[in-house]
Amino acid sequence: MNILWLVMICVSIVFAIFTGNLEAFTKSIFDGAKSAVEISLYLLGIVSVWLGITRILEDSGLIYRIAHLFKPLISRLFRNIPGDHPSITAITLNVLANLFGLGNAATPLGIKAMQELDALNEDKGTITPEMMTFIVINTASLQLIPFSVIGILAGYGNRNPAAVVLPVLIATAISTMTALLVLAVFRKIFR
Amino acid sequence: MIENFEYISLLIIPLFILFTVLYGTVKKVRVYDSFVAGAKEGPAIILNIFPYLLTIFVAIKGFQASGAFDYVRNAFYSVFAFLDVPIEAVSMAIIKPLSGSASTALFTDIVKTAGPDSMATHMSAVIMGSAETTFYVLAVYLGSVSIRKTRYLVPVCLVADFIGIVVAVFIARWFF
Repeated sequence: MNILWLVMICVSIVFAIFTGNLEAFTKSIFDGAKSAVEISLYLLGIVSVWLGITRILEDSGLIYRIAHLFKPLISRLFRNIPGDHPSITAITLNVLANLFGLGNAATPLGIKAMQELDALNEDKGTITPEMMTFIVINTASLQLIPFSVIGILAGYGNRNPAAVVLPVLIATAISTMTALLVLAVFRKIFR
Repeated sequence: MIENFEYISLLIIPLFILFTVLYGTVKKVRVYDSFVAGAKEGPAIILNIFPYLLTIFVAIKGFQASGAFDYVRNAFYSVFAFLDVPIEAVSMAIIKPLSGSASTALFTDIVKTAGPDSMATHMSAVIMGSAETTFYVLAVYLGSVSIRKTRYLVPVCLVADFIGIVVAVFIARWFF
């Protein structure tokens, strides 16, 4: 991340100087800061709501029952999660929210899953294999039906907006599987 | 079929919340107090995420505004000229991992200018639907638990994104 960020910043500034976009570049830094504040505020709301809901799941013990139910499925990808750990429930709910395109629920539940996975982390500050698997699944974009894409297509008069459903589904399925495969390959190399 | 699915999607969260509070009440949990106690953890977590989000957003916005983005896009376009991918789809492929709002704006623009039934639109639609805003996900999830050592995660995500886009291009060509 360090190298990536450094390269992006330096390349941007060099380009800004040569293309005469210096003013736009400086303005964009503060635009970026502004959107970070706006998105953080938005996240503050929805994350707090979902932490409230999941706390009821914890206090009622439901979180362990759901974990028990989905353990066989989840443990194929996440081998080192012990017993009926709450992280299993958080991961399951995040994946379901992603599948159904519930963006307002997927990110907060993903954050909850990261918190639970970090509770199992013995070396805080360093990523665990389970966290990597979880993030890779989330960056591969699991979604059954891309509602926003269909909405835009329909809005501008596409003849058959629903025709994108199948290709998107196939593309997502393949890219999720390749992402996990790439992770497995890197894991072998950097053991 | 899609309408039905959309309705089910709309039902899930309300039903889930209803089930959760009823189950809690049956198990003698004071659901109101539990909800408050859970929500109380929110601000601390967001405070952790905020600096990560800010740092990555500044870099992404600067990258777009400086003209470096256009250069990278043109470079990709000429390298993959033999695949005959519309330049709109190349823009889409590069912007999607960087920014959610920018990719939605770009997609709307492509549909408007290239036509709603063009190859550029269809290919961009598949990329838009099958790729994720990788940098945002990384900043939020890693930031939420203050992970500093990410080991080989970032290269894995970038390689996977790249393969995902290539897959999307071929699938779009195959279908449309």
